[in-house]
Amino acid sequence: MAFEVILKKPESLTQKEFTYCPGCTHGIIHRLVAEVIDELGIREKTIAVAPIGCSVFAYQFFNTDATVAAHGRAPAVATGMKRARPDLYVFTYQGDGDLAAIGTAEIIHAANRGEKITTIFVNNAIYGMTGGQMAPTTLLGMKTTTTPYGRSAENDGYPLHVAEVIKEARGVAFLARTKVNTPQDVVKTKKAIKKAFLAQIKGLGFGMVEVLSTCPTNWGIDPVSALKWLEEHMVPEYPLGVFVDKVGDEQ
Amino acid sequence: MSERVLVKGTEAIGEAAVRAGCRLFFGYPITPQNELPEYMSKRMPEVGGTFLQTESEVATINMVYGAACTGTRVMTSTSSPGFSLMQEGVSYMACAQLPAVLVNVVRGGPGLGDIQPSQGDYWQATKGGGHGDYKLIVLAPSTVQEAVDLTYLAFDLADEYRNPVLIIADGVIGQMMEPVTFPEFRDLNTLPKHESWALTGADGREKHIVVSFDIDPYVLEKMNLELVEKFKRIEAKEKRWEEYKLDDAEIVITAFGTVARIAKSVVEQARREGIKVGLFRPITLWPFPYERLEEIAKGKKLIFDVEMNMGQMLEDVKLAVKDHAPVEYYGRLGGVVPTPDEILQALKSKLGR
Repeated sequence: MAFEVILKKPESLTQKEFTYCPGCTHGIIHRLVAEVIDELGIREKTIAVAPIGCSVFAYQFFNTDATVAAHGRAPAVATGMKRARPDLYVFTYQGDGDLAAIGTAEIIHAANRGEKITTIFVNNAIYGMTGGQMAPTTLLGMKTTTTPYGRSAENDGYPLHVAEVIKEARGVAFLARTKVNTPQDVVKTKKAIKKAFLAQIKGLGFGMVEVLSTCPTNWGIDPVSALKWLEEHMVPEYPLGVFVDKVGDEQ
Repeated sequence: MSERVLVKGTEAIGEAAVRAGCRLFFGYPITPQNELPEYMSKRMPEVGGTFLQTESEVATINMVYGAACTGTRVMTSTSSPGFSLMQEGVSYMACAQLPAVLVNVVRGGPGLGDIQPSQGDYWQATKGGGHGDYKLIVLAPSTVQEAVDLTYLAFDLADEYRNPVLIIADGVIGQMMEPVTFPEFRDLNTLPKHESWALTGADGREKHIVVSFDIDPYVLEKMNLELVEKFKRIEAKEKRWEEYKLDDAEIVITAFGTVARIAKSVVEQARREGIKVGLFRPITLWPFPYERLEEIAKGKKLIFDVEMNMGQMLEDVKLAVKDHAPVEYYGRLGGVVPTPDEILQALKSKLGR
């Protein structure tokens, strides 16, 4: 009797085990990105740009050429690569501390130039790697190690709606906000990621997916509760949807 | 052989870069170096290259980092405050062993300072600038022709050693017009491709990684020691300097860049007055030509260091000279360019004349 492989690890992931905490959704998002790269057949023409933060090790997990950018500068690094080698496909994988705080200038201008790169933006409303400090995307009232009394609008300002800011940039060819806390949402997120890559492959412009994600460790709750917390608290603050789609339906 | 043409320093650097095979320039406006990005914005499309005006110097250096990751010849230029903003990226590039050519047209500082010629960034250029243990190869032209030659050379040095190379100039070199002979255009097919490490897509090979970190201190120490070995190789091979009228000199002026040019007039004037003065001009500020300067200093009446800063190269001059001769310093700060007369007066006063 012959065995048939019906499910395997994407070729665009290495054999390296993920170092993420239990219940963190980085692993799901990594896999989706890798599956999309496999399906598009571009693994051998792709460069990954990892950020500073929990996903700094993404350069070890993706089975593509890869680098790590300085904190917040991944879109600038990706721009340099793409301008040097327009025949390659370049994507950045960034968290909310990296992209939405220190890296706001780089992401806005890369989007506005219509830089033909793809950005996967993981929003879990907190700094993970540094131990659970407030992020620009931290919700009002949410306790972190630097907002021990809860984030206050008066002292800390408001949760930053990155996708809504980026959608104003005319160079954007695809932009969506998704979540990965249910199987259906995982499927939808993969479709969005594929379109964000197609925007680059078709030369249409900048593509980005903001993925609402969990951080059970720093949120201080168990993984299952984290999926629920995302639904109940993050989704009302960060509405899901496709903000820009110049890619269209044919894929 | 190409003909001699009259060009401005900044544009000469740009054209030399184009001829060296540079097809990528990222930059952000800052005075007094704007003619260089302006020249590149016109020139790059003519040669099938890319010029991009960025949103900041921080973005600039990271674009340079990204382009360099692909093994492509890339360049940027800026002026002092802008170069300060780039330091994090420069440190990353040094650790990741990325080749690139950087130009700092130094202006008066510290702080916002002014836009006049200065040498106040010597320490930043040669002693680090960014964080961690690293060195840049630092080239200091003192004529427009030399700016051309050193720019052309800088790309080869960057590629050979996989290290950023810094050309340090000032508004005088940048704005001055002089006749120059440009080198030949490099055949782009002959440029190094860096196939062993560059990020070009893992097409039929194992993936390549370019990073400037490792969380294991023992691994990071190994990376550091590899850099140290490289810096030793550079020190052994790449020291460059000029000696001017040193054969019978009793007094040696040490100066680099613009000041060295002025110092040549001082040498002539002093000699007319019977004072035997010569000039020692480091061309590589790092690696600094310590050994040659020590040799020269032996038996001299005075080593007279002149700079447009508070005495930054002075430290290296003293390290080189040791106790072979007394060392004195004269300098102007804040973007003031000293005249030959005032330098000569200062020298005479040190001599008790």
